[in-house]
Amino acid sequence: MKPKDVLQEAKELNKRYNLFITLNENLFNEKASPKNEEKINFISVKDNICTKGLRTTAGSKILEDYNPVFDATVIEKSKKAKYIVVGKTGMDEFGFGSFSMNCAYEVPKNPLDETKSCGGSSGGGAGYTYASKFSNSSIGESTGGSISCPAAFCAVVGITPTYGLVSRYGLIDYANSLDKIGTFGKNVKEAVNLLNSISGYDEKDSTSINKEKENYEKYLGKDVKKLKIGVIKEYSNGEGINFEVEKEFWEGVKKLESNGLKYKEISFRLSDLVLPCYYIIAMCEASTNLAKFSGIRYGMAKELKGNFNEYFSSVRESYFGKETKKRILLGTFMRMAGYRDAYYIKALKLRSLITQEYKKLFKEFDVLLTPTMPILPPKFAEIEKLSTVENYMCDILTTGPNLSGLPMISVPVKKDRTVGMHFIADHLQENKIISIGDFYERIR
Amino acid sequence: MKIDKVLIERVAKVARLNLKEDEKEGFVKDFKNILELFSKISKINTDNVELGVQPIKVENVFREDKIGKSLNEKEVFQNTNYKEKGFFKGPRIL
Repeated sequence: MKPKDVLQEAKELNKRYNLFITLNENLFNEKASPKNEEKINFISVKDNICTKGLRTTAGSKILEDYNPVFDATVIEKSKKAKYIVVGKTGMDEFGFGSFSMNCAYEVPKNPLDETKSCGGSSGGGAGYTYASKFSNSSIGESTGGSISCPAAFCAVVGITPTYGLVSRYGLIDYANSLDKIGTFGKNVKEAVNLLNSISGYDEKDSTSINKEKENYEKYLGKDVKKLKIGVIKEYSNGEGINFEVEKEFWEGVKKLESNGLKYKEISFRLSDLVLPCYYIIAMCEASTNLAKFSGIRYGMAKELKGNFNEYFSSVRESYFGKETKKRILLGTFMRMAGYRDAYYIKALKLRSLITQEYKKLFKEFDVLLTPTMPILPPKFAEIEKLSTVENYMCDILTTGPNLSGLPMISVPVKKDRTVGMHFIADHLQENKIISIGDFYERIR
Repeated sequence: MKIDKVLIERVAKVARLNLKEDEKEGFVKDFKNILELFSKISKINTDNVELGVQPIKVENVFREDKIGKSLNEKEVFQNTNYKEKGFFKGPRIL
């Protein structure tokens, strides 16, 4: 496998599916000697992760000409582990979306069906992982489900680790208290190998968890029959869950049961409040984060006219997309005097209650299980007809574990099927989601 | 609370975001629908509940105050259009 062949394939796939925003053209000059070729792995990287000398746009027009002068910690680490970056993958602007359609560049198309979405916001990376013959894994990022959703829609595996397990240094933030860098893989093993390379303490990220680095590979091939599974009723039956998703999900559950695992249907008390709680916090944090794009130090600029506020307001008007503007306005509103207590502060308190609810369930169960997404990958024409609220409701299953920073894995219910089995565990229990995800992959 | 164009304009001013006239009506509609969804959270009592600022508590993270490598001047200014005498140039403040 030669770097130029990998790049050539990526170009062809890109022509057909728009999976990349920027390709690493340097691969044409890369001189991999035949001796080293065996050890090299090729990965794609979500475009909100800084790569030195390789354009990084976060899917936004405002960063159209941004060339980072440093590598994010995950890029440094993956390079050390002999991963080579093929390119930067398509995403919703700053991660604001579930279908990769809120993008200032070409919208990625699902390699399993070009009329459908790859999911979002890390859509391009999941699509490329599925479609490429050469690249088996990819670095993604999730705020409210942006790894699990595209993993399910593109029939690949997606691991979202515990908040703080992987350094966020060099990530263009959406919402600091929610963002997590994770991995996609053609299978559980590939996603785990890449996670092994990028996880670990980093003093450049003050929320990085300072604990001994684990080798996650050792959790593959385990007997998991002792694990107790709780299937969350509100997220697995009836209202809001597509009929086909429900049917295939329960077939998956029965497969686990017939292979010796026990499960119990349980209730999640605050299930109807998770989605609004998540969106309030995410928008409030996003509205402050985006204040760094001022058109002065980096990013797109305009003619220096007017005073600072006038210039700043005008740069943002010109280069932010509609969904970004909407989230800045809502996030700002919910932090304004008079509304802050009712929305932002209330949501932060509710988040504590939701996390407590999860912790209660983890006293009885090792793993919680739901479908990954409530719907099958929709056609672009269908997405265009959705209202904003209908659009947000698609995240109903993934926002809970993301809000509480829990580790989760999405595994296709069957090979090449776009329904995901979503296994969730308590903080830092990646071992459980990896073991059960890998087990499920073997028996499905 | 009345959700109308006046409110959107007020928020946009606070957010330092110019809006085009035709965008404003759309945002009024979105605000109404989205805030209706969000207001559901008021039904739960959260008295005496701690703020969930971080999903995992990390307190007082310090690091050694040691000199490290920093970016050189060329790197610092690599991504700007407005550089003058080793400084970033911006619009006037007032």
